Amino acid sequence: MNNKAHHMTRNLVASLIVLLACVWMGGCQSAARPTLYQKIGGEAGLERLVDLFIQEIGRDKAILPYFAKANVSRFRQGFITHLCDTLDGPCDYQGDSMIQIHTGMQITEADFNRVVELLINAMTEAGIDHTTQNQILARLAPLRGVVIKM
Amino acid sequence: MKQAESWLLLLTSCVLCVSTHSIAGSGKLLATPGVSQVEGSAGGGIVPWAQLAGYASEVQWSLGGFCSRASVDDYRLDVCGIQANLFDRVELSYAEQTFAVPALNTDIEQSVSGVKVRLYGDIVYSTWPQLSLGLQHKSLKDDAVAALLGAEDDSGTDIYLAASKLHLGMLGGYNAFWNITARHTKANQLGLLGFGGQHGSERIYLEASTAIFLSQHLALGYEYREKPDNLGLGEQQWQDVFVAWFINKQVNITAAWLDLGSIAGQPGQTGWYVSVTGYF
Repeated sequence: MNNKAHHMTRNLVASLIVLLACVWMGGCQSAARPTLYQKIGGEAGLERLVDLFIQEIGRDKAILPYFAKANVSRFRQGFITHLCDTLDGPCDYQGDSMIQIHTGMQITEADFNRVVELLINAMTEAGIDHTTQNQILARLAPLRGVVIKM
Repeated sequence: MKQAESWLLLLTSCVLCVSTHSIAGSGKLLATPGVSQVEGSAGGGIVPWAQLAGYASEVQWSLGGFCSRASVDDYRLDVCGIQANLFDRVELSYAEQTFAVPALNTDIEQSVSGVKVRLYGDIVYSTWPQLSLGLQHKSLKDDAVAALLGAEDDSGTDIYLAASKLHLGMLGGYNAFWNITARHTKANQLGLLGFGGQHGSERIYLEASTAIFLSQHLALGYEYREKPDNLGLGEQQWQDVFVAWFINKQVNITAAWLDLGSIAGQPGQTGWYVSVTGYF
């Protein structure tokens, strides 16, 4: 193989690797790509999702007690802003930290997963598609460490 | 006949666990325990995974049962077993295998007792993959065929280390799963053809599984299992392509297409696999 062909092959292989890495990592970032916030329908979609989530919690015997002393409208607004921020919406969450909020709640691993299930139910009810649901959960999953057993 | 009874028992239990709420722990997310592999451990169909059987979280327990059938050109394997999960730390399992060899008009029976300990992590949440160490002690009821083929022992113990991880939304938004298992074994065709042999060389064999979740309930995957050829009969790696359907946290059903290579000198053994697991 001559030198030029060798270079071309190497460039082609490098491009393929970059392309595959992009696909594997869930797509190359570009300005045109909608944010998760936009994908779920912006402010109106987010509010609907949080309202459905609150309804799910209200119906769940295991999870409701955690909210016994909570101010629902304060939780609603706080969660909307926090999610909006987490999902790349035009918000800057400045409320209490996740550690401050969950300290003393002693949330077990099972109850944490139950809340994840309630959120999945709410997302499904809100008509959010499966892949967007997974991407939202991927953003929220790292918070587990500062939420459970605090 | 015994096999038929086991299937009936399992089906009955499944109907029961669908119709009633689980009394045991269900603190894990749907599908995260995987299904049941042919030696009784939680895993795919042929590879034990790092996850433990059942949905128990660290303050819960769970019990499960499964039956599987693998049918290839010249053989059939039926397996039924039970699994216990103690506090998402220890998995105990027991399985009975019946390997039908129509050409010899004989059935080879083997029991497998397993224990698996989760060493680290959670397949969804931990930074590094979940890691587990397991043992499978296998014992043939009758070693006539194994001895005839030149196997050294009628029982043996496999030791394996498994690592697994579920990546949320990683493949274009779909959840992607992988597991790698390293196993030390002397078992010939799972142990059904005995353990060791004059062509044996002690080493670690690699096994791997990968899957993509098309929905919360449906996974599509591929598995690979390297195997020893202690008997010099040309034993080959196993592979399968599977679909697992997690109906709910009580029942899952798996179907697979198998490529088991050469078995006891009969090449090109391909066929089908079906498995049902129920958790109580």
